[in-house]
Amino acid sequence: MTTVSVVESLRQQIATCETQLGYLRQQLAEAEHLQQQRRLRGEESVRRTTDYDPLAHDMSYGLSDDFRSEIFAALSHAEEEQQEQSVQRWPLDRTEYKRYGRQLIMPEIGLQGQLRLKNASVLIVGVGGLGCPAAAYLVGAGVGTVGLVDGDVVEESNLHRQILHSTPRIGMTKVDSARVALNSLNPNVRLISHPTRLSPESAIATFQPYDLVLDCTDTPASRYLISDTCVLLGKPLVSASALRTDGQLMVLNNPPRAKGDGSGGPCYRCVFPKPPPPESVVSCGDGGILGPVVGVMGVLQALEAIKVITAEQPGVNGNSVRPTPADSPSLLIFSAYANPMFRSIRLRARKPKCAACSTQASVTPDALNSGSLDYVQFCGSINPVNTLSANERISVDNYAKIRMEVNPFTGMEPSRDSHILVDVREKVQFDLCSLDGSINIPFSTVSSVLTKEASEVESKWASELRSHSDKPIFVLCRLGNDSQLTVKRMKELGLDNGGQRWIGDIKGGLRAWRENVDNDFPEY
Amino acid sequence: MSEEKRKDAVQVTVEFSGGLEMLFEHQRKLQISMAKKGEEVPNVAELVSHLCNDVMKDSRKDLFVLDGTVRPGILVLINDADWELEGEDQYELQEGDNILFVSTLHGG
Ligand SMILES: [Zn+2]
Repeated sequence: MTTVSVVESLRQQIATCETQLGYLRQQLAEAEHLQQQRRLRGEESVRRTTDYDPLAHDMSYGLSDDFRSEIFAALSHAEEEQQEQSVQRWPLDRTEYKRYGRQLIMPEIGLQGQLRLKNASVLIVGVGGLGCPAAAYLVGAGVGTVGLVDGDVVEESNLHRQILHSTPRIGMTKVDSARVALNSLNPNVRLISHPTRLSPESAIATFQPYDLVLDCTDTPASRYLISDTCVLLGKPLVSASALRTDGQLMVLNNPPRAKGDGSGGPCYRCVFPKPPPPESVVSCGDGGILGPVVGVMGVLQALEAIKVITAEQPGVNGNSVRPTPADSPSLLIFSAYANPMFRSIRLRARKPKCAACSTQASVTPDALNSGSLDYVQFCGSINPVNTLSANERISVDNYAKIRMEVNPFTGMEPSRDSHILVDVREKVQFDLCSLDGSINIPFSTVSSVLTKEASEVESKWASELRSHSDKPIFVLCRLGNDSQLTVKRMKELGLDNGGQRWIGDIKGGLRAWRENVDNDFPEY
Repeated sequence: MSEEKRKDAVQVTVEFSGGLEMLFEHQRKLQISMAKKGEEVPNVAELVSHLCNDVMKDSRKDLFVLDGTVRPGILVLINDADWELEGEDQYELQEGDNILFVSTLHGG
């Protein structure tokens, strides 16, 4: 780039930023005005930390995403204020008729449905891949109060699926980042921040003020905790999850009848009385996730929440036609690459001996509040793999020396060919980036069992390694766990020639390699 | 031939979802034939042990079966209904049944 074009580009960027600052200042003034109006109207003021303002954050740390929406938001505030004098004439504000018009004219919603949404409060636990789209649609639909629980901050690897967050807001708490986006989407919704991880001790107090809860979290422990709390407080729960190309959705504890009442909907413990073994639990970070897959599930959570909120209350005679929600509990399974993509499964009713929702329940408010229910222990955790002895392992620094340093006896020759480097990540990961000279034997291949017939014709990978019986084998993976298990497996197969050949793992895997040896090696 | 086959075996469709297909060489759908022992009709428990012992090539058996039954966190669905509604593992297989194994997901 020439100096002239650099100067010109900088001028343009400064001009753009100044314009944007102007818009933001205008929006801030409008927002402050609106806040003051709300206080005058005697509304409960929005709970927020005193030293934080999402608009101020955007001004100092990042640029707003969409000027047009900001301007419209500002304009709609002005319009709303004009309307406040004639507020009692119609059940909704004039701006609300306009904003929600497309759903108001549907018999499933209608005026009563919209008023129910407006009076409803929904708690969204987890503002990630599920929580972002769910929150966007509920705020867009005009749910009166939306609470957001999350203790994490926005990371770059979140952005392909967590649609409320944005590049300039990396490092901001997810709750604050979501507030900026949601406030811009619909400033009429009261947003409540809970910028901490949900704990058993805080769960009841956090859930108490809300009508309905969305489980948008990502661990078994939080799923049991959220379900138990909903059962104790009698709140319906919309639970979803997603991994790779699959998603699952359940509406639980709906209707939320008293403990032991078989006509109430099942809870998470009714469906899954025992937690899965921790080694079977795969996170999105390890297994991967396709953005639209988790997006679909979050959108469906918003849909189910709207259906629960706007459902005809029993004993109330409304004159609008509304389909009754499906009575029998079900699990919706989504598989992006199966045909058909959606499948609905009939689930069991409440379990007569459920630990949470039966008369024999051991989950009680006291047990929860006192912290005596240890959900993390209940679900277990994987201990870091540590199956090898010290002389079967090598640090990344020492391995780097083996790769790079010249052999002091033979002169210049690097010793890269002196050994075999086996990378046991799955092929798709190996293809993303790998160390020069490494060969790929995916862990899934290493783990597959040798049947009686197959053991005679030994697996190709094993016989190839056997054919170079003189060279030591270094095993590498992403984080350093699968590599240890592979070393064990290779020795079981006798690839070490009864201890003649060294086989060991590279400690900490490619993560340690990047941190200690080659900062350029991609992180994914 | 097929007439004869039907008399001493039950054909069922087995499907995997939620990542379990990875334990079965990435196959989402299998056709399984379960032999009858005289008059005795094979049940789901026998199907599960057949899948674990004879079909599954992955050595991580405890990701599918634990303590003699399907591990916690896997739902078994018989013709799109929770197996608890159908007698759990004692349910006797019928020709053409669809048995779906779903591992719960936790990501979000
Ligand atoms: Zn229950």
